Amino acid sequence: MTESRWEPRIVAFFCNWCTYTAADLAGVSRLKYAPNVRVVRLMCSGRVDPQFILDALAKGADGVLIGGCHPGDCHYAEGNYKTLRRMRMLRRMLTALGIEPDRVRLEWIAASEGEKLRQVVNDMVERIRALGPLNLPARFDAWDRELEHPPAPESTSPPMEALTPTQPLEKVHA
Amino acid sequence: MPKPKLAIYWCASCGGCEEAVVDLAEDILALVETVDLAFWPCAMDFKRADVEALPDQALFATLVNGAVRTTEQEEMVHLLRRKSRFLVAYGACAHLGGIPGLANQFSREEILRYYFEEGPSTVNPQKIRPQPHCTDQGRTLTLPRLHHLVRPLNQVVPVDYYIPGCPPTPKITQNALQLLLSDTPPPPGSVLAPDVALCDECPRKASKPLQLSFTTFQRPHQIVADPELCLLAQGLVCLGPATRAGCGALCPQGNMPCSGCFGPTSRVRDPGAKILSSLCANLAPKTEEEIDSVLDTIPDPVGTFYRYSLPHSLLRRKVNLPANGNGD
Repeated sequence: MTESRWEPRIVAFFCNWCTYTAADLAGVSRLKYAPNVRVVRLMCSGRVDPQFILDALAKGADGVLIGGCHPGDCHYAEGNYKTLRRMRMLRRMLTALGIEPDRVRLEWIAASEGEKLRQVVNDMVERIRALGPLNLPARFDAWDRELEHPPAPESTSPPMEALTPTQPLEKVHA
Repeated sequence: MPKPKLAIYWCASCGGCEEAVVDLAEDILALVETVDLAFWPCAMDFKRADVEALPDQALFATLVNGAVRTTEQEEMVHLLRRKSRFLVAYGACAHLGGIPGLANQFSREEILRYYFEEGPSTVNPQKIRPQPHCTDQGRTLTLPRLHHLVRPLNQVVPVDYYIPGCPPTPKITQNALQLLLSDTPPPPGSVLAPDVALCDECPRKASKPLQLSFTTFQRPHQIVADPELCLLAQGLVCLGPATRAGCGALCPQGNMPCSGCFGPTSRVRDPGAKILSSLCANLAPKTEEEIDSVLDTIPDPVGTFYRYSLPHSLLRRKVNLPANGNGD
């Protein structure tokens, strides 16, 4: 089996009122942009729970893009500010946990800004391409290989060799 | 009819959970009337061979406290899983990884080097480190090996129930044991504590503002907190809104903010992300610079938000650490 070339996989959360509409506009305007983004429509960028972002990364996304209304334009008045504050802290937490903060990006894209959406998506794909794959599912598997052993016989204390993997674990960090 | 057999075992823990069982005080007499203690190495003289000699599933329940981080602990929890009808994660470390789980921010090599070479109270000029084998006077001695990751119990073996807390309170422990002994045990996978947020049972709840607006966060040693007012309203990082109830709000009643030891409710997957979400959404400022200066007042976000739950979190550890090779 030949391994296909890695392509950035990006999950995008777009708010219904601005950025998702901008994506629609980009579509009807027939603007071409990189196909690496899977868009999830939410009513507001304020709905983006940091759990969604971590879950996307943990399940194999290389990056997460969040699009909301410009400050002052939120359909729900303050939702985008809440997201901005959460993202500022999430960046710190991701850095502390070994993930490049640029893998998560917040952008304000208004309903009329189809062209900006195209630029942001293309730019994000290039940045993630430069950072390389995150590939957390494979890292999780590699971590848990230290729990794989040949079954130990009962009622005798097995020698310690029996408890350690027989093969050297493969290096996981890029 | 013979009494059901109960086992209690500890892994990577501080001993506080063992103490919590003893804290049942005179109620422990009622407990030993109901069950036979078949294995409790911390308190009574049982050996591993005693457990191995039991038929499979002979233990009605085993309470395991502590996280799993050595090969010996891993072996023991597999053995206890096989011998127990109910395997119960007892306390925050077995439930979520606990305080020892914060070690998942460092590699095994960093941990061993600090502990055996660099620590301020370490005197070890030959830089001797524990080895899985060593030979002394012709005899081979063995020691368990440290895993690269600290794990909650359910990342190593299937777990039937969770009793939360650092440590679980006597009331929580007793209720849980009664539930397990009843004819209708709770659904498998349950956390045996109320499934609501701590704020619900906090005596300060009435003073929690509808709209919080933080301009700075305070640490407990920086202010003398008002003993009645909601701690969040005083700028303290209280994890009550994202933490399961059941302790009776012990820390807020002692004028200390909740640090989250009961873990999340069933609706929350990642407690750290959830409290981050709740606290940070409610900052007052609206510009990046001003937001950042408020966030600077939480100097250790991982240790604050994931104090008991890093190994249970979605990322489990600092993701760019090695998983092999070092420190053997």
